[in-house]
Amino acid sequence: MKGSEVVMKMLERHGVEVVFGHPGGAIMPVYDALYDSSVKHVLVRHEQAGAHMADAYYRASGKVGVCFATSGPGATNLVTGLATAHMDSSAVVAITGNVATGLIGTDAFQEADVYGITSAVTKHNYLVKDVADLPRVITEAFHIAATGRPGPVLVDVPKDVQLADYDGPLEAEVDLPGYRPTYVGNARQIERAAEAILGAKRPVMIVGGGGQAAPDEVVAFAEHTGIPVITTLMGIGAYPPGRDNALGMPGMHGTVTANRAITHCDLILGAGLRFDDRVTGKISRFAPNATVVHIDIDPAEITKLVKAHVPVVGDLRDVLPRLRALLPRLDVAPWREQLAGWKAKYPERYKTDKPLVSQEVLEMLRRAAGECIVTTEVGQHQMFAARLFPTTKPRSFITSGGLGTMGFGLPAAIGAAFARPGEPVVCVAGDGSVQMNVQELATLAKHRLPVVIAILNNGMLGMVRQWQELFHAQRYSEVYLADSNPDFAKLAAAYGIEGHNVFDREHAARVIPEALAKGEPVLLNFLVYEAEKVWPMVPAGAGVDEMIIGDQEPDAFETHAEREEVPA
Amino acid sequence: MNVSRHVLSVTVRDQPGVLLRIAGLFARRGYNIESLSVAQTERPGLSRTTFVVTGEDTTVEQVTKQLQKLIDVLTVVDHSNSAYVGRELMLIKVAVRTPDDRVEIRQIAQDFRARIVDVAREALTFEVTGDEGKLGAFINQMRPFGIVELVRTGMVALERTEQERGRAKAA
Repeated sequence: MKGSEVVMKMLERHGVEVVFGHPGGAIMPVYDALYDSSVKHVLVRHEQAGAHMADAYYRASGKVGVCFATSGPGATNLVTGLATAHMDSSAVVAITGNVATGLIGTDAFQEADVYGITSAVTKHNYLVKDVADLPRVITEAFHIAATGRPGPVLVDVPKDVQLADYDGPLEAEVDLPGYRPTYVGNARQIERAAEAILGAKRPVMIVGGGGQAAPDEVVAFAEHTGIPVITTLMGIGAYPPGRDNALGMPGMHGTVTANRAITHCDLILGAGLRFDDRVTGKISRFAPNATVVHIDIDPAEITKLVKAHVPVVGDLRDVLPRLRALLPRLDVAPWREQLAGWKAKYPERYKTDKPLVSQEVLEMLRRAAGECIVTTEVGQHQMFAARLFPTTKPRSFITSGGLGTMGFGLPAAIGAAFARPGEPVVCVAGDGSVQMNVQELATLAKHRLPVVIAILNNGMLGMVRQWQELFHAQRYSEVYLADSNPDFAKLAAAYGIEGHNVFDREHAARVIPEALAKGEPVLLNFLVYEAEKVWPMVPAGAGVDEMIIGDQEPDAFETHAEREEVPA
Repeated sequence: MNVSRHVLSVTVRDQPGVLLRIAGLFARRGYNIESLSVAQTERPGLSRTTFVVTGEDTTVEQVTKQLQKLIDVLTVVDHSNSAYVGRELMLIKVAVRTPDDRVEIRQIAQDFRARIVDVAREALTFEVTGDEGKLGAFINQMRPFGIVELVRTGMVALERTEQERGRAKAA
C-alpha cells in the first residue's frame, strides 16, 4: 500500500463521508487513491472555500470536517479557513500535500513552510516525514480536532511519503501524554458555583459556542432554574429564542435587554464562551456588580479577559446537570419582571419607509423558512440575521464570529448542506462579502443543493460605511460598490443557478416562499436601503452600558405593523 | 497590578517544531522572554525548557495556561510559587592590558570561583556559574578591565524537594 492509500484508508476508518478539496501537483497521489475510495469528494474552486465547507460541515453536524489542498499556494489558501475554524473552535482536519522531503527547504516549486505558517492558526499540526507515522498521525489529528475544545488540525504530507510503500497496521494508538482535556468539573467548584447562584438576586446566564454541543443541558438548566439566558453570536440556537427568559444577543450589536441585563446583574453564569471583546465592550465597565461563574472546557479562557470568581473547568454536558441538581427554581421574580419590562419597551424596530429594507427581508425569510440552517457572511447583514433570523435549533446558525471572515457564508452553506442533506439552507450575504468566494456558485450549481442565497445588497460595505458615518465624519472612504457590482441575477444564471433581482417588498414577499420551495439553489438579490444602520451599537472601546440605542428607541418611530415576536 | 519575575520550567516532547510553537506563542500573544534554555532531561524523548519572564501575575498565569494548551507540552511549573535552585552559566572574555591587571583579574575570579578556560596574552576567558546576582556582580567587577565579549546560557532551575525546604526553614 502507498502512503496516499494509507491516507484514504485512515479517513475511511474515521468515518469520513465527504472531503472538500482541490487537487494539485504535490497531492496528486492522494487524489489517485481517492479515485478508488468510497469517500465522496467535493471539488471546490478555491481552497479557502474548502476549509470553510469543512468547518461548516462540523458546525452543522458535530462530525469532523475534512479538506484537501496541494502544497504552496493551495495550502496557503487554506490559512484563512483554518484561522476561522480556530477562532470559532471548529473541528477540521486539513490534509495538504508538500514537496518531497528531499526538496523541503530548497524553495522548490510550490513549496511553502506550511507547518510553520499554520502552527499559529491550528490547534495542532504535523509534518509527516515517515510513512510509518501516517496511521498514528491521522488518528491523533482526528482525536485532537474533535476532543476537548475542538479546533483545526493540519497534516502536511510530502509527496515522497505519499508514494512510499507501507505494509504495517492501520490501527494506531494515540500517543499524546501532554493532551488531557478536562471533561468532569471539580465537585467543590460546582458547589461554590451553586452557592453563588443561590445568593444572587439578579443572575443571568450567557451561553456561547460551547452551548452548541450541549443544547439539551442548557435548556434543562434554564428551564429548571428559570435563570434569564443571553446567547452570544456563537451561541444562537443553543437556547431557543422567543422564550420568556431568552434575552437575545449581547455586546456591540446586542439587544438593549441583554446589555442592560449584563450591566445590572449581580451574577453572570458564563457557559462555554470566551468573553470576546465584541461581547464585553470595555472590560472595566462590563458587569461591574457581578460575581462571575465561568464554565469552560479550556482553562486558558478562564480569567483571560473577565475575572472569574468561580472558575469551573469542564464540559457543559457534565457540569450543567450537576449544577442543576444543586439548585432549586430561583426566586428572582422582580429581576425577571425588570427584564420583561425592557424586552417590552425595546422590541426589534426598524423603519419601512423605503421600498425594501434588510430587516424585513430577514423577517420574511424567517417566517417562510421555518426550521432551517442559516449561514451568514460578515457585516451588517450578519448582525441583522443574528437578531431577526436566529435559528431555534442548535448547530444551525453558522457564522464566522471570532475571525469575522467575509467570504465564509457561501461555502459554509455548501458545507452545511452536505452535513444535513435535505434541510433547507439560507445563506444571508452582503454584496461585498458574497463576492469574496463567489466562485463557489460553481460548486453549488454542480451539486444542486437546497441553498437560497439572500444577498442584502445595499451597494455598500455597509458596516464600514456605518462606522464612517458615525465615527469618521461621514467620510465614506472606499465603501461604494454599487457602480461596479455585477448583476447578481445574471451572475447566478451564468453558473446555471436561478437568480432574481428584487426591488420592493411585494416582490420579496412573492419570491421568497417560491425560492424556498424549490429545494435547489436560488440566488435572491435584494436591493435594500443603502444607509441602514445596525442599532443598538456599543462604540468600539465603550462599555455595554454606553450603547447608542438609535432606532431601537421606542419613540424613534412606530413599530413595523407586521412584525411579530421571534417564534419559540 | 503586581509585576514580578517568574521562572517557568516547561517539559516538552522532543518533536520537531516544538520550539517554534513555544516561540510563536510568546511572540503572537506579546509575552516577553528574558531568557530561555533548552536541553534533554533524564527521560528519553523529553526536553526541559526554562524561561525567565517578567510580567503581571495575571499575564504570567495566561502564559502558563497557553503553554499548557500546546499538545507537545507535558508540564509547566512556575517556580515563583515554591523554593527552587536556579543557576546560569556564563563564558566571559576579559581584556588583559598589564601584568598587574592579570594578577588582579585572577584574584577576583578566584573569589567568585570562576574557572579560567582560555588563556591568551591579551585576554582571559572565564567560566562562571551561579545565580543572576553572582553573574551580575562578576560582570561589574570585570567591567573596568574591559569585557571583550560574553555569553550566558539563561537560567535553568529545579524545584527544591520537600526535605531540603524543611532544612532551609530550620536553618
